[in-house]
Amino acid sequence: MLLTINSKESKKVSVAVELRHISKRFPGVIANKDVSMKVETGTVHALVGENGAGKSTVMKILYGMQRPDGGEILVNGQSVNFKNPNDAIEANIGMVHQHFMLADNFTVLENIILGAEPKQGMTIDFTAARKKVADMSAAYGLDVDPDVLVEELGVGQRQRVEILKVLYRGARILIFDEPTAVLVPQEVDDLFNALKGLRAEGMAIIFISHKLDEVLRVADDVTVVRAGSTVAEVKSKDVTAKQLAELMVGSELPQPTTHGDTRRPEVTLSLKDVSVPTKSGRDLISHISFDLRAGEVIGIAGVEGNGQAELVEAIMGLRDYTGEIEFKGENIDHYTVAHRHDAGIGLIPEDRQRQALMMASPLWENRILGHQRSKPVMRGFVLDKKATIADTRVIMDEFDVRAPGPHTLAAALSGGNQQKFIVGREMSKAPALLVASHPTRGVDVGAQAAIWEELRRAREKGMAVVLISADLEELIGMSDRLLVMLRGAITAELNPKKTTPEQLGSAMTGAQ
Amino acid sequence: MKKPSISQFLLALAAPVVAAAVSIVISSLAVLASKKSPVEAYKTMWEFGTQAGSLLEVLNTATPYYIAAIAIAITFRAGLFNIGVEGQLRLGALFSSYFAAKFVLPPVLHVIALFLIAMTVGGLWAAIAAYLKVKRGVSEVISTIMLNSLAVGMTSFLFSQYFAEITEGSNNLTTKTLPASAQIPDLMPLLNKLGVEDQPGGGVYGMLLIAIALGIAFWFIVNRTRFGFELRASGANPIAARVSGVNSKKMTFIALVASGAIAGLSGLPTILGDTHSYTMGFRSGIGFSAIAVALLGRNGAIGMAFSALLFGFLEVSSRALELIDIAPETYVIMQGSILLSSVIAYEVVRRYKITLQSKELAKVVAA
Repeated sequence: MLLTINSKESKKVSVAVELRHISKRFPGVIANKDVSMKVETGTVHALVGENGAGKSTVMKILYGMQRPDGGEILVNGQSVNFKNPNDAIEANIGMVHQHFMLADNFTVLENIILGAEPKQGMTIDFTAARKKVADMSAAYGLDVDPDVLVEELGVGQRQRVEILKVLYRGARILIFDEPTAVLVPQEVDDLFNALKGLRAEGMAIIFISHKLDEVLRVADDVTVVRAGSTVAEVKSKDVTAKQLAELMVGSELPQPTTHGDTRRPEVTLSLKDVSVPTKSGRDLISHISFDLRAGEVIGIAGVEGNGQAELVEAIMGLRDYTGEIEFKGENIDHYTVAHRHDAGIGLIPEDRQRQALMMASPLWENRILGHQRSKPVMRGFVLDKKATIADTRVIMDEFDVRAPGPHTLAAALSGGNQQKFIVGREMSKAPALLVASHPTRGVDVGAQAAIWEELRRAREKGMAVVLISADLEELIGMSDRLLVMLRGAITAELNPKKTTPEQLGSAMTGAQ
Repeated sequence: MKKPSISQFLLALAAPVVAAAVSIVISSLAVLASKKSPVEAYKTMWEFGTQAGSLLEVLNTATPYYIAAIAIAITFRAGLFNIGVEGQLRLGALFSSYFAAKFVLPPVLHVIALFLIAMTVGGLWAAIAAYLKVKRGVSEVISTIMLNSLAVGMTSFLFSQYFAEITEGSNNLTTKTLPASAQIPDLMPLLNKLGVEDQPGGGVYGMLLIAIALGIAFWFIVNRTRFGFELRASGANPIAARVSGVNSKKMTFIALVASGAIAGLSGLPTILGDTHSYTMGFRSGIGFSAIAVALLGRNGAIGMAFSALLFGFLEVSSRALELIDIAPETYVIMQGSILLSSVIAYEVVRRYKITLQSKELAKVVAA
C-alpha cells in the first residue's frame, strides 16, 4: 500500500522496520518459516545466515519483490503490504544490490537521477540534481565525481553511486545485499565509513553478509537465521565471530588448514619468465616465474585485477603469452586449451556461471563441459549419455551436490551447489594440476568445508594447486607458499605459516 | 533419480496447445475482419487440406521447408543465426541444376554429384559470412542478410543472361532439362504398393527421403557426438565453451558453412522431382519461412518435422479459401500468429520449468 513516512523525531529509540513471524512457502518447500527482526533507526543491523537459510527471501519480501504468506511487516510502526518494489520505495526503503545496475556510458550524475530526473519544463534540471547529489555526497561521506563516466569507475566507487542512487530516491531504510563480496579491503573500509555516516544521519541499515568479522565490525545488532527461522537476535558487542558462525550452521566450524608437508620432488608446473604483453606496451602479467611441485599448493594473493585472471588464462592457454610454461616436465606452449585440459590440468574458473556452466542445460550435460574428449563421457566420437548420467550421479553423491538429479538444470541450483558440482567435475579426472580461482567464493560454510576437504585430499595424493583467492584466511590456511601479485608482477613471496591476514593485505597493496 | 515424468510430458504439451489456441483466436479475428465466418474458413481448409491429393502436396511443400529449417537450426544451436538460407538455396539450386545437366554420370552418382555442387555452392556462399564473422567480427545476421540480396540478384542475372534457354513454344525460361540419371524418382509407385491410390496431379518428391535422412543425421550429430556437443556448448555459453577447450571460432565457421551446404540442398526437391530444371517459377521465400519452421520446431529434428508439415498444410489448404471469397494470404497471418504465440508460450513454459525445478530442488535440500 502507498504510505509515506516522515516520522523521525518521535522517540529516542524508534523501530524503523519490524518483521513479525514472516513465513513464505513455495509449493513443497518452506523458504521462511518464522523470521522476525527489529531494526532500529540509526543502527546498522546485520542479517546473517548460510546460503539458503532464507535471508534473500526475507529481503525480497521487505523490498516488495515477493509477498509473504504469513506474518506482518511494520515500517515505522505501521503495518504495510507491499505489492512491488515501487511500494517499498514509496515507504522510503531502498536496496543496494550486489550486482550493480548502472549504465556504463552515463555519467555518475546521470545514473543517479535516471528514472527520477528533476524536471524544469521539458528539460532535466541538472543544476538542481547536481546540487542535491553534491549535498548528499558531502553529508554521508560518499565522495564521487558526478561528471565522470561510470565505466571509468572502480568497483568501490560504483557501489557508492548505487548508494547515492538509492538515497536520491529518499530512502531512509537501506538494504545492502552482500555489499562487500566485490570489494577489496581498502574499499570495504570506505564502505563501512560511509555506513557509519548514514547511521549517524538516522538511517536504518540492513546489512546482509556471510563475512562475520565484517558484520562484527560494522553492525550494532545481528539477527541470525537458520533454515528459514530466526535463531538469534544479539548485540554485536556481545558475541564473537565464532559464536555467530556456530549459530548460523548450528555446529562447529571448518577451518582452511592443511596438514604437514606433502610436497614431492617432481615439478608439476613450471613458469619461466611468462608475460602477457599488450599492444599499448604495458604487460598484463610480467616476467612471472615459479615452480610448483606435486602435492604443493601455491597461493596467489593480490587485489583483484592485478593480473591473476591473466595468469590463469596463460596457464590454461586461453591467452597468448611470452616465456615458457612446462607441465610435468614437458613444454606445453604449443598446446591448445583442449590439450591442456586433456593433459591433466583442471580448472575452477573465477566466475562459475559465466565460465564453467551452461545454465540452461541439465547437470549431466554440464558434466561433459571440458571433458568432451575423454571417457566416461565419450565412447569414440559418440556421446555416452547413460555413462555420463551415471557419472554425474556419482559426482553429485560424492560432492554432496544437492539437486533432484542429473536432469536438473544448472540454473536451478544454489551457488554453493553449482560450485561443488564444478569442483567434483574437475576432480573426477584426477588432475595433476588444479587451477582454482576463488574456489569457495559466495558459497556457504558447509560447501566451503567440503571444497577445502577435497583440495586437501587431492593435495595429499600429489595434486598441485594454483590457488587464487580474495579470502586471505583461505589463502594462508591452504597454501604451502604465497606469492603476491601487484600490477602484473610477483612482488613478494611469503611463508603462510608466518603471515597474518593483515601482513598479507598490506603486501597486496604494495604498502610494505 | 528423476526421469522425465508424466507431468513434464504434459508441460511439454502445454506450450504448443496454448500457442495453437492463441493463434486460432488471432487468425479468427483476421477472418472476421474480412467479414467472413472463421468457422466456415477452418472447415473449408480442413476439408480441402485433408483430401488425399492435398496431403501429398503438403508433403511436397514441407520437404524444402524441413531441409532449410535444419540448415537454420544448425546455426541456432551454435548460438548463431543464418538468415541467408534463401540466397544459399537459390545459388545451390541454380548452379547444381545448370552444371549437372552438362555432364553424364550413372544414375545415383549423377544425383550425388548434383548434391555436391549444390552443397559446395551454398557452403561457399555461407563461408563468406563465416569468414567475416571469425576474422572481422562482422555479425553473421547482417552479412547473411546482405548476401541474400546479392545472391538473389546474382541468380536472376546469371539465369536470364547465361544459364537459361527458352522452352519451345512458350516464353518460359528454364535451364537445360536434367537427364533422367540426375532426377530422383517419384515416391508414388512406392506409395501405391502401400495402398495409396494415385491422385490427380500429385506425386511425392523423392527428396522426402533425403529430408528424413538429413533429419536423422541432424539429430544424431547434434545430440550424440562430440562435435554436436561442442556446437551446442558454443551456443549455450560461448565463454564457458572456450574455457573448456572448444575452439569457438572453428565451431562458428563450421556451423555457418555446414548450414549453407544444407541450405544449398533445400531448393532441390521441386527441381529433381518435378520441373527437372531451374525455372523462372522457382519458389521464393522458402529460406524465410524456414526460419519460422525452425523456431516453431524448437530446432529439434522432430519438432521441425511437425512444424514443416503444419506450414505446408496451412499453405496448401488455404488455397481453398478463395472458394469462399477469403484471401488465401490469410495463411500468412496464421503462420505468423502461430510462430509468435508459440515463441512466447515456450518461453513462459521454460521459465515455469525453472521455477518448478527450483522448488523441487528446495525440497531435496530441505530434506
